[in-house]
Amino acid sequence: MPNPTRIEINCETGVESIIELTDAEVAELTYQAELAAEQKAEADAKAEADATAKDALLEKLGITADEAKLLLA
Amino acid sequence: MANTFELIASSTAGGSVSSIDFSSIPSTYTDLCLVVSVRSAGTSIDNLAIKLNTSAANFTGRYLVGNGASASSASVDIGGQIGLVNGTATTASTFTNVSVYFPNYAGSSNKSYSADAVTENNATTAYALMIAGLWSQTTAINAISVYGQSANLATNSTAYLYGVKNA
Repeated sequence: MPNPTRIEINCETGVESIIELTDAEVAELTYQAELAAEQKAEADAKAEADATAKDALLEKLGITADEAKLLLA
Repeated sequence: MANTFELIASSTAGGSVSSIDFSSIPSTYTDLCLVVSVRSAGTSIDNLAIKLNTSAANFTGRYLVGNGASASSASVDIGGQIGLVNGTATTASTFTNVSVYFPNYAGSSNKSYSADAVTENNATTAYALMIAGLWSQTTAINAISVYGQSANLATNSTAYLYGVKNA
């Protein structure tokens, strides 16, 4: 299976080329994709933990989210 | 306000591509403006980013984002982020629109840029972002790559690079 391609436009000549990525470039892309997936998983986990902590705090205080907003306004 | 925008080069992807790259950018303008209309070939919303002079390093930035339900602000997750790009899970034939402005791109100071981006989707969730970025390198910008972090850019994605004089 061929590697993905990229478009390169030389702004001096106006020549557009379709260039197949090297194996090293494909490896870099794969690494970046894995990094993005990890970062998204971390962000999702943090958002879920924050939401859980918020719900627990509201329950502990015995107030609703709207009431909390009113207090902070 | 700039009074001249000149098209330096443009390209439309005839198939799925990993990036659209502008090379040998002339240093004869005051500023650069990059305008892209892109869709991800992947399923999910992807990070859209640039490389400058083929480098994805030395970038920092902050973003504001809203998605119709919530809004937030934070440091950008990846180098050179200029927005998000909608993928195949969004409405067919919808594209993300992004505009990036590079003032004093040929100067000898670190290079700042600003970007505004909107994803498109005929559904509840779509994203709007404003990004302030910094590329901490003093060399003139002579090449710009636009790419999705996790997936290729889809067919018919386009990129236009304008030179701005008398900004």
